[in-house]
Amino acid sequence: MIRTRALTKDFVVGRTQTVHAVRGISLDVEPGELVAVLGPNGAGKTTTLRMLTTLIPPTAGTAEVAGYDVVAHPDRVRAAIGYVGQGGAAGASQLVRDELVTQGEIYGLDRRRARDRANELLEALDLTEQADRKVESLSGGQKRRLDVAVGLVHEPSLLFLDEPSTGLDPHNRANLWEHILRMRTAAAEPMTIVLTTHYLDEADTFAERVIVVDHGQVIADDTADALKAELAGDLVTLRVAPEHAAALAAVAERAPGTRSVRVETSGEAGREASTVEIRTADGPGATPGLLRAADGAGLQVSRVDVARPTLDDVFLGLTGRSLRETAVVDTPGVEPLETGEHPTGEHSTSEDTTKKEVLA
Amino acid sequence: MSAATLAPGTTPAQADRSLPRRNFLRDTRIVLVRELRPVVRDPFSLVFGLVQPLVFLGLFGPLLAGSAGETLGGDVWLWFVPAVLAMTTLFGTSVTGSNLQLDLSSGVHERMLVTPLSRPAQLVGRALKEMVPIVAQSAVVIVVMLPFGLRPDPIGAVLTLLQLAVLGVGVGSLSYALALAVRKQEWMFWVVQQTVLFPVMLLSGMLLPLETGPAWMRAVSSVNPLRYVVDSGRAAFAGDLLSSAVAWGWVAAVATAVLGLAVGVRAMIRSAD
Repeated sequence: MIRTRALTKDFVVGRTQTVHAVRGISLDVEPGELVAVLGPNGAGKTTTLRMLTTLIPPTAGTAEVAGYDVVAHPDRVRAAIGYVGQGGAAGASQLVRDELVTQGEIYGLDRRRARDRANELLEALDLTEQADRKVESLSGGQKRRLDVAVGLVHEPSLLFLDEPSTGLDPHNRANLWEHILRMRTAAAEPMTIVLTTHYLDEADTFAERVIVVDHGQVIADDTADALKAELAGDLVTLRVAPEHAAALAAVAERAPGTRSVRVETSGEAGREASTVEIRTADGPGATPGLLRAADGAGLQVSRVDVARPTLDDVFLGLTGRSLRETAVVDTPGVEPLETGEHPTGEHSTSEDTTKKEVLA
Repeated sequence: MSAATLAPGTTPAQADRSLPRRNFLRDTRIVLVRELRPVVRDPFSLVFGLVQPLVFLGLFGPLLAGSAGETLGGDVWLWFVPAVLAMTTLFGTSVTGSNLQLDLSSGVHERMLVTPLSRPAQLVGRALKEMVPIVAQSAVVIVVMLPFGLRPDPIGAVLTLLQLAVLGVGVGSLSYALALAVRKQEWMFWVVQQTVLFPVMLLSGMLLPLETGPAWMRAVSSVNPLRYVVDSGRAAFAGDLLSSAVAWGWVAAVATAVLGLAVGVRAMIRSAD
């Protein structure tokens, strides 16, 4: 459904400066897949999407979408794909139904069929009551459902969603996803969906495949579970008295399956508590052994927690940065068009300074 | 990086899946109808555009009659009303790019660009929509002025409205082109629009006759298409339908429209970068 080879986009931003927004991405997406492209703001997600949707031409490399080259046959690509961009797709002063009818006509439906299709979508996306209202009077969640409806008018076999739920509260996000997934399976052949997001849980819960992008390159590509198992591992957290922390960390380092250990100490002076965080391939399996070893060394563990990794842990494992932190740090003032400009090292300042890596 | 040679079987038979040919007129109509819907549904926006011409007619017209009435000779309204209609056209259409700015900053423009809708049609449809407010507002101004003694030649008045509509397509296109050209510094739109608007207006002889101005002003105004449209309106209102002034007015209006559409279409085609 999508096939890119060494897809590249540079933006010339000044006489001497060029931003390499996308640096040679090669991807294959099969029909029916639901793929999330995950990465911090500026990673090149949106730029990639803009190339795949024929909005901007690649600087180098090729992309074939729905069977057609995006440069040679943009019109065929446009006819085949649906696109829900970051901004609102519907004009503020237009009526909800009119926008859907117009979109149907754009894709070649006659007025009558466009109206029927509009009504169908209004029904499916719970917008029938809002059909004759102005778009500007809709709530955030309703607007976003309308954007999705606009993107689905021509029953595309491939739908691009660029940050579909940004700005929605958790309830509306869940509701939007319910609708998207229902529309996906309602189609005769399951719709292929490619979405960008920086909501980790969204990629984790809904995507069947996660592509992690950073600095304009694909740095990981697999199912969320596989990424977590391979790249992050489980997190075992042991609480211990501060004076025992270093010794326990040393014990943990020697335990089978341990990938990394770090110690964190917090609390007021005199009443500090330490936690030893252990990344390990199999947390539940490793914990009994860890506890026996701690006992044997005379170290008193007061509390144990075993957590499955998140996609943020995957990103942290891949880049040494937290996706959450970079996303928060970078969000203010970010242009709708991502430039992919991120001097390395900028993010290390946001690392928690109380955490320190303990290496064996 | 290996070159993207396509494995056999991965590409659908491209020749078999024929794409229906885009019909430019149909696309233009779709854009035009979409742009007109809010105008028709909410005609108050048109009423708002009438405030300015009526202020000029009510507060400037009497001054003009008092001070320049001698120079103008004959009926001041026949001289001033066509100019006010041209002014309304100029003001109304030169700001229309700001509507496109809204669509650029939301996702509306982007949505249209991802559809197979013809890009030139996206500009032409928008530009043609400008004709509707121009004709509606101008007609209202003429009707309002009838009780105050305006007696235009009926055919001349109709032809002037059509000429202004053609001019408005050109000015509106240029305004859209400006909005697209400065889309990365939106505030620039108003700087340029205001900087161009007033010289063009004053150098058209709209408010005061250029005949009494210095020679250099008359020389500069001779390359201002608006001047010819204003002169044409005055001649047509006075019933001088076959005068050269009217002919030059059409030349200026059509030339503005052609230039505007050419620049606008070019800007629209490049508007995704």
